[in-house]
Amino acid sequence: MTTTTTAVLVPLLPFLGAAAGLLLGRRAPGFVRPLAVLPTLAAAVLAVVVAWRQGGGEPLDAARRLTPTGSVPIDLALHLDGFAVLVAVLVGVVATCVQLYSTAYLRDDPRYPSYAALVSLFTSAMLLVVYSGDLMVLLVGWEIMGICSYFLVGHYWETEAARSASLKAFLVTKLGDVPFLIGILALAADAGTFRINGILSAVASGSIGHPTLIALLLLAGVAGKSAQFPLHTWLPDAMAGPTPVSALIHAATMVAAGVYFVARLLPVFTASSAALVVLAVMAAVTMVGSALAALAQDDIKRVLAYSTVGQLGYMTGALAVGDRDAAVFHLITHGAFKALLFLGAGVIIHAAGTNSLGAMARMGGLAKRIPDAYWTMTVALLALAAIPPFSGFFSKEAVLGAAEHATGGDAHGIPHAAGWTVLVAGLLTALLTAGYATRLWLRAFHGKGPEAPDHGRQPTAMNAVLWVLFLPTLGLGLAAWKLPDWFDGNSLTPTLTTSVLGTGCALAGAAVTYAAWRRTAPLAARAPLGAVAADPDAAPYISEEETIATHVAAYGNIAGAHDPSDPGRLLLGPLHRHAVAGFHLDAVYSALFVRPVRAAAGLVRFLDREVVDAYVRGAAGAPRLLGAAVRRAQTGNVQTYLSALLAGSVVLAVAAVLVATGA
Amino acid sequence: MHLVYPAVLAALLFCTGLYGVLARRNAILVLMSVELMLNAVNLNLVAFDVWLRDTLHAGQALTLFTIAIAAAEIGIGLAIVLLVYRNRGTADIDRLRDLHEDAPGPDAGHGDREEKAEAAA
Repeated sequence: MTTTTTAVLVPLLPFLGAAAGLLLGRRAPGFVRPLAVLPTLAAAVLAVVVAWRQGGGEPLDAARRLTPTGSVPIDLALHLDGFAVLVAVLVGVVATCVQLYSTAYLRDDPRYPSYAALVSLFTSAMLLVVYSGDLMVLLVGWEIMGICSYFLVGHYWETEAARSASLKAFLVTKLGDVPFLIGILALAADAGTFRINGILSAVASGSIGHPTLIALLLLAGVAGKSAQFPLHTWLPDAMAGPTPVSALIHAATMVAAGVYFVARLLPVFTASSAALVVLAVMAAVTMVGSALAALAQDDIKRVLAYSTVGQLGYMTGALAVGDRDAAVFHLITHGAFKALLFLGAGVIIHAAGTNSLGAMARMGGLAKRIPDAYWTMTVALLALAAIPPFSGFFSKEAVLGAAEHATGGDAHGIPHAAGWTVLVAGLLTALLTAGYATRLWLRAFHGKGPEAPDHGRQPTAMNAVLWVLFLPTLGLGLAAWKLPDWFDGNSLTPTLTTSVLGTGCALAGAAVTYAAWRRTAPLAARAPLGAVAADPDAAPYISEEETIATHVAAYGNIAGAHDPSDPGRLLLGPLHRHAVAGFHLDAVYSALFVRPVRAAAGLVRFLDREVVDAYVRGAAGAPRLLGAAVRRAQTGNVQTYLSALLAGSVVLAVAAVLVATGA
Repeated sequence: MHLVYPAVLAALLFCTGLYGVLARRNAILVLMSVELMLNAVNLNLVAFDVWLRDTLHAGQALTLFTIAIAAAEIGIGLAIVLLVYRNRGTADIDRLRDLHEDAPGPDAGHGDREEKAEAAA
């Protein structure tokens, strides 16, 4: 098989698996699990083969004309460079892990067949985005991911939170996708092609008419998909979906698609320094805001969701300073350790029977119940906080190094302001990230109180996957020395200044949080709190569904809890209230969009009911009254009718005679 | 013979039949009145056929048709009247008012249908 054929098979296999899974799901339940896991596994293996063969050398391009549209043609094009093949390996591996994990996590779910098929379809769409060399084909994958995300977030559709979260995810990402589509069309109209190579050469020759406008339009779509401020609000709410979905879609792959897209088209963005400054400010606001919000969340998955938003902020920050090597490096390491964190959180939620950190902090010995999750998550949290020598440290250093590089004006065409913004926000976020990682670790695993309930060992499939993802979390940092050969060749190795600054910030954040925890933890005994799932021995997804459905009832709020023992409350002080609500961005959206739309809908309803319907009702009412009057003539006596008939005939005859005689 | 005699006779016969149809209460008498009217028409057809000296004698041919149809009609009509009498014990046309607007029997379904139509609207 040539490399091209292999690469075509990579997105195709999960797609076929999804189609077969949807068709056979009801009739042959025995095939559902193999059909979910094997095509994804095969795709992952083939992705590794493609990466091996491509080897970071010259990009491979293959294309077949799909539609001669008359103006700009659409091609089924593959573009395999170092970025594409490595991101595809990440997607394949994480998707395989998630599929394996799901077999145990949703083992008794009657909707498992459609769930697994949608995850496969999603994987296929993401791989299509990664490999595609044509923007229109990329857009197809992009939108399939959007709709799969909608279905999968709404998997627990019996729960109100899941229903509204899935709608919100869909609408908010579409809000970005509309300008995104316009941007793509404008870009293709200027460049005369949808092929990425053609667009990049058009950018190089300066034939793009409005680079700033196009870049900003594209950024809207990227902000929606990659959950950047101000379109990030859907991501924390999307945690109402099953944990494996959160791991695959909302941490490791789909949200990375936006970052990956900018990385592919980076010259379009660097052609406009205004777009870069916007990108840098967006990244900075996203990073700092999400880290503050993560410090205040009570739901363990929402902490991780805000942390994902923040880490994506790092990636866009790296792109804003023009270093896509660092961005994709962070994308890959983050994909690995964040998937691990989410899957570990699924284990915790099952073992503890709750998703509330406040309830876990009142539960002793949770770490002993789930040693696998404890150890792997500890390392993943260290990687998240960028503590050397774990993978997150190296990739975050690469980002900070690139920002520092840009501040000195060494990078060509990158505004200094972007560099400084990203560097300062990055260091501040490193501090906060370490803070919320420490808070999560201390509260989840070092609670004090009655022993955690014992539900036996967690399923092997779930624990094994954690250890599989543990390896890249631990060792992927070493790739910093190899990856430049695959990418553009920018150095990714840590530099002394940023390493010391970044690690110092992280250690300071961890130490401050630990001190705060020492002060607040004893308060836990005074404020009893917590509710646990009603069916702890059922499949893990049932615990999660119950805990999502009851969080508002038990803790008063989907995001926070009234818990005086929370170190985040002490650290954030008066900010805590606002951070819990995600700085009230939802309220802003509701004032800007939801309420005007509702008012408009009310007006339309009034016009329809009271104005249009009045005519409709009148049109029916008048004949009805007339009919009632005419019906009075129906006496039932045939002779009356005949008399009337005779009278009528006579009148007609007389009239006819009169007319005929001309009188 | 002048045309006016059969024409006046036919008109008188027709008016008698019309009066019978409109005013008699017994259904059998109503049927007989219908026959009178038909025969008035027959008389007219024959008279005009002769007066117009029609070579094809279309009037006479049509008369034969009318007589045949009248026979069939009276047969069916009498059968219906007999059945009505057997069922109701009367052949009085004034009292056969089931299709009356506010009659209780067949009207029950009527109201329902209206409500359904409104719901559908």
